[in-house]
Amino acid sequence: MASIAVDRTTTPRIAAVHGARRVLLVVCGIAAFWGLWEAYRWIGESLGITWPFAVNAVNMPHIHDMLHALTQPLQPGGPPLIHYEWHWALFTAKEALLGFALGAAIGFGLAVLLAHSRIMRRGLLPYIVVSQTVPILAVAPMVVVGLGQKGVSPWIAVSVIAAYLTFFPVAMNTLRGLLSPDRRDLELMRSYAADRRSVLWKLRVPASLPFVFSALKISATACVIGAIIGETPASIQDGLGGAIVNFNQYYSTGPERLWATNIVCAVLGFAFFGAIVLAEKLVLRRAPEHIA
Amino acid sequence: MTATLQQRAIDWGPAVLVFVLGIVAWQGLVVAFDVKDFLLPKPTQIAQTLWDERSSLWHAGIYTFKEALGGFALGSSLGILSALLFANFRWLGTAFMPFAVAANAVPIIAFAPIFNDWFGLLNPFSKMAIAAVLCFFPVLINTLRGLTSVDPRAIELMRSYAAGNVSIFRRVRIPASLPHMFAGLKIASVLSMIGAIVGEYFGGPTTALGVTILNASAYSNFTLAWAGIVLASAFGILFYGAVAAAERLATSWDPSHRDFQTE
Amino acid sequence: MNDRPAVAIQGLTKQFKAGVTALSGIDLEVQPREFVSLIGPSGCGKSTLLRIIGDLIEPSAGAVEVNGKTAHRARLDHDYGIVFQEAVLYDWRTVSKNIALPLELLRWSKEKRAARVNELLGLVELEGFEDHHPWQLSGGMQQRVAIARALSFDPALLLMDEPFGALDEMTRERLNLELLRIWEASGSTIVFVTHSIPEAVFLSTRVVVMSARPGRVSAVVDVDLPYPRTARTREEPRFFELVTEVRERLAGGEVAA
Repeated sequence: MASIAVDRTTTPRIAAVHGARRVLLVVCGIAAFWGLWEAYRWIGESLGITWPFAVNAVNMPHIHDMLHALTQPLQPGGPPLIHYEWHWALFTAKEALLGFALGAAIGFGLAVLLAHSRIMRRGLLPYIVVSQTVPILAVAPMVVVGLGQKGVSPWIAVSVIAAYLTFFPVAMNTLRGLLSPDRRDLELMRSYAADRRSVLWKLRVPASLPFVFSALKISATACVIGAIIGETPASIQDGLGGAIVNFNQYYSTGPERLWATNIVCAVLGFAFFGAIVLAEKLVLRRAPEHIA
Repeated sequence: MTATLQQRAIDWGPAVLVFVLGIVAWQGLVVAFDVKDFLLPKPTQIAQTLWDERSSLWHAGIYTFKEALGGFALGSSLGILSALLFANFRWLGTAFMPFAVAANAVPIIAFAPIFNDWFGLLNPFSKMAIAAVLCFFPVLINTLRGLTSVDPRAIELMRSYAAGNVSIFRRVRIPASLPHMFAGLKIASVLSMIGAIVGEYFGGPTTALGVTILNASAYSNFTLAWAGIVLASAFGILFYGAVAAAERLATSWDPSHRDFQTE
Repeated sequence: MNDRPAVAIQGLTKQFKAGVTALSGIDLEVQPREFVSLIGPSGCGKSTLLRIIGDLIEPSAGAVEVNGKTAHRARLDHDYGIVFQEAVLYDWRTVSKNIALPLELLRWSKEKRAARVNELLGLVELEGFEDHHPWQLSGGMQQRVAIARALSFDPALLLMDEPFGALDEMTRERLNLELLRIWEASGSTIVFVTHSIPEAVFLSTRVVVMSARPGRVSAVVDVDLPYPRTARTREEPRFFELVTEVRERLAGGEVAA
């Protein structure tokens, strides 16, 4: 079985330097983006660029204005926007988290099932792929109302939407991982007269972990997207999706608010993604697959 | 000839069986549990509506598909070009890849309303833009992985023939990257259609499929909404199938895309 | 100790689906505590034969008995350990856990496992490497782990498929000596597939020469060199004579008396 790891001889000091370098890289990246944005705005306004879109204060607010909007009260005399954004983010995060857990569990279970039966794979795989072509956004209201009739709160219904987007990468990648051991690995297990369960837990599952984690990184984003999309057509007001719809309605009078909300969405996406990367480093205590 | 026909039947038999069973079960369950129309109409009702409204639905579908196709073309070509760039100038790649991966973590869907504001609600380009952004990252990440994960011995061999970098790129890296690139393109094909519809949900002309579905829901015409959903899915499947067919043509030598090989 | 053979093969034939006859009419007996090498050109079916003994492939015709039982029963009873050319170690397990794998499957208690693993680490001279991972070891060390693992449950029979084939000559010769020492200490029977004539002669009590297309036993050479064999043994005249004899048998000719 080929090794995919690289032997690292790191001391805590070298690790700290790597960490610092990474932080510096992130800061530089953000700074570069900020600079490009403002530069394009300045050039666009000076030259009156209208293609691909008109460059003005409404279409491209200053980034510092976007951040400033977070400190301004939403209603006169009320708490600043960031206060609301925080609660909306938590609400959406709750949906995303539940969706992630559900989707990952279903995806994993499905993969184990399919790994053991070629007939099941032939029968079900096409539909698993097809499931992702359904615009789940369109189905969201039905899911929310339908489950609502059974006494399920809307946020759980949105979690189902999030789970729908999450289970696919987990199922496909876990399946690939479970089927990755080669003939020689299986022969060895056969020589021990190992039963299917032992082969699953002692060979297939450990071998699939790198694949599972790369899927979880995709799913981390997918569940947040699912939660945001799920809220919009169902007109759920307590999360980021609802905020986007509302601020979009009043875009021309306050574009910074929509942008600020988008920034919060991006931060939420990063947070979920970062959590998985951290988990991966802890669980797979060796270098993950090296992408040259 | 009958041997391959037999093989085809074995390959697709189970899937067809599941489809038939699924439709039958759907019809049966809806009738048995008396599920309300708006939650889940009977397949027969959806089929009926698809037929009755075939003209307007088809036009709506084509309209949205054009947005998806445009976005797919734009996003994928940018993704492939960027991958070629990053593969050729490694320093550029190592500098940008972390950002590309991180940018992929941003719920890009959240920017759909902004694109509508930039390019105009009724302008199909606003939806193309969303589709393009959704397509860009998977194609970039996958193609780049393909271009950079070539067996070093294959490169060594070319060097022993005194082949230059361009030649190596053309003869080794690009053919080797095709399976990976197509993996990315297949993902992008599905995402492009989804992106177009999501964009339309934030506003678009009534001739668009997403808007049709949205309005149908709003006016409680749920069989029409579901018919639209089925059509959207069908376009996505056909698009995926077209890309998969192109993949088989271009990479007929690659054994790895039969059904997952097993013990 | 009973006197029935460790491995008894009669009239063994194996045909693959593509019409290839890998083995035809193999008769072979291996007595307990013997060290038997199978050597032959590519395509002579030696690896196939080894796998049939291990019940990893089914024969088309003929009888295979291991320890007086069918090969199938012997596998289920864990009567043999197998070592492949690639070590087939699990990346995600340490050396100790890799060695303990079959013991876990046999549901040995934690204490028994730990004790046995320590014993084996001493046997293959890998003390101190308990918590290393496979990728941190050289090829030779990985094979030693594979051998330790194969011996972990003390099987009567050891099947080895060109285990040193991927290693350099010097490591190979060193591991040959180690294998003989381990064989002596464990008292097991070994069936050993190899491409290397000197290796076959150095290690074995008997060398079974096979020919290809179809796979057959063409000759059996008794190796009468005394044990324990050392590095010196490779320099003795009798060693060269035997190597020459095996080489000539392989080429299909008669040995000059």
